[in-house]
Amino acid sequence: MTALSDYRRREESVTYSAEPAGMGLEQEMMTVNMGPHHPSTHGVLRLILTLEGEVVRDIKPVIGYVHTGIEKTAEQKAYWKVIPVVERMDYVSYYFNAYAFCGAVEQLLEVEVPKRAQYLRVIHMELNRIVSHLIWLGTSCIDLGAIGMWWYAFREREQVLDLFEMSSGQRMHTRYFQVGGVIEDIPRGWVERVKRFTRTMRHRSEQYQALLDRNEIFLQRMRHTGVVDEQSLLGLGVTGPLLRATGNPWDLRKAAPYCSYEDFRFRIPVGTTGDNYDRYRVRHAEILESCEIIDQAIDGLPEGPFITEDRKVALPPRHELATSMEALIHHFKLVTEGFRVPPGEVYHPIESPRGELGCFVRSDGSSKPARVHMRDPSFVNLQATAAATRDTYIADLVATLAMLDPILGGVDR
Amino acid sequence: MPDATGLELIAQELRDTLPGAVLDTLHFRGEATITVERRQAHDVLAQLKRRGYSFLASLHGVDYYPEEPRLSVHYQLLDMDAVDRICVKVRMGLEEAQIASVFDLWPGANHPEREVYDMFGIVFDDHPDLRRILMPEDYEGYPQRRDFPVGGEPVIFTYNEDKIPGWTE
Repeated sequence: MTALSDYRRREESVTYSAEPAGMGLEQEMMTVNMGPHHPSTHGVLRLILTLEGEVVRDIKPVIGYVHTGIEKTAEQKAYWKVIPVVERMDYVSYYFNAYAFCGAVEQLLEVEVPKRAQYLRVIHMELNRIVSHLIWLGTSCIDLGAIGMWWYAFREREQVLDLFEMSSGQRMHTRYFQVGGVIEDIPRGWVERVKRFTRTMRHRSEQYQALLDRNEIFLQRMRHTGVVDEQSLLGLGVTGPLLRATGNPWDLRKAAPYCSYEDFRFRIPVGTTGDNYDRYRVRHAEILESCEIIDQAIDGLPEGPFITEDRKVALPPRHELATSMEALIHHFKLVTEGFRVPPGEVYHPIESPRGELGCFVRSDGSSKPARVHMRDPSFVNLQATAAATRDTYIADLVATLAMLDPILGGVDR
Repeated sequence: MPDATGLELIAQELRDTLPGAVLDTLHFRGEATITVERRQAHDVLAQLKRRGYSFLASLHGVDYYPEEPRLSVHYQLLDMDAVDRICVKVRMGLEEAQIASVFDLWPGANHPEREVYDMFGIVFDDHPDLRRILMPEDYEGYPQRRDFPVGGEPVIFTYNEDKIPGWTE
């Protein structure tokens, strides 16, 4: 008998009953603190575990360690100055935060976004989705003891960050999306580099699959662990890849298309049982679908303006300032006071890499928002931790937490 | 989103079964909002849930200061089959900042309700674990209220730590 199958035999003999073998009737529960500074909590998340032997009986997340009051800060700033602040909420999917906010403000202003800007937004958001899934894949595999995967995932991530740097000057928190469009048109040569990247990425993701899909240890840790059924997830408000892993194909890009997503052909990957393995497969397949969307958007990228021509909202082009008094006045008004937004309130939901990211903006008619609230998917999805890990081993808890993929910047805001 | 007529039909249905519950309807920028009386909010939400709006997408607080009644809780409901959203808004004054928890309808309301309690001081009755969630447990005040000042937190250094109350006992 090989060592591995012997391990499996012993594993099967372990019982999950309330009385672990050999511990007697008087088994006591033990409360263990995990985090906030723990390498496998993906940020500053603290978990209070109630353990019975090695089995988790209850789990309470304690959050707020990186609460920075971004929603309060946003109320003190003109609308266009809010964008860099909200980008720092969920710090691995910054384009989505920026778009959720810009989309809400555009809805309030009833501003028309040019088609080219919408396509550029889609390309950047899908590149960002790939980055986000790569970070998830890399860090999750570290939690499972596979550091090699981390180097590969971050190698590809680096390529996307180079693309971001090329189009906007920044690797992260790019402030590329503006109300009404994007800040700049893409530089020459960018399109070719994106095409080259999607080609590489498809190839690399096959290699990831070869590395992980038939890896005995990986499969043992992933299959049949952390299962939560669809109805419980819906009750908990969970969306995104976690919900799709149970077979529910809910994706806002398809269900309620925004930002020209209706123009692209792509599929929604779904799982069957909703275990950790399905969560891995769904996100892995989403990387490929994102490559698909990027290629179509690049091929169909329309000509035209990259930001709205409405001078009350968007800055005039630089060359106009030298010749037009009108442009100078608009420029001055926009950078000092900012634009005013008609009173009202909207809720603008989009599909972020973790699920529904909704931005609620209330305007009181001034140039600063009266309330900004982000319905961050990490904050809501974190509630599924207890449901997914109760009565499992503490080792499975680490794997499941990695597969839930909470980003603490988004949880605490 | 239901159109303006669809919203009125839903409001009329609610008025028939729960007299006095619906205070106002609003169709703005393609979004439907129903303002509901505070004590009947739970019944309204339960009825909308049965009607198909079975997913609680978001729950957040808003402070309308200096308007009265100033506080509000917004429930963003979603019908995943009809791909339809509706917002239920409950306004309340500072002295009656109390509302029934919807934890029994949606277990996912747990964290959002704690956040609203933390940030606005609205108490959710029958919530299983109503504690502060983002701010420290011993924090005083409700920071997202509009009259709460910005930048009032002293920064603790060695030279001033004994002057900051509650830090060194």
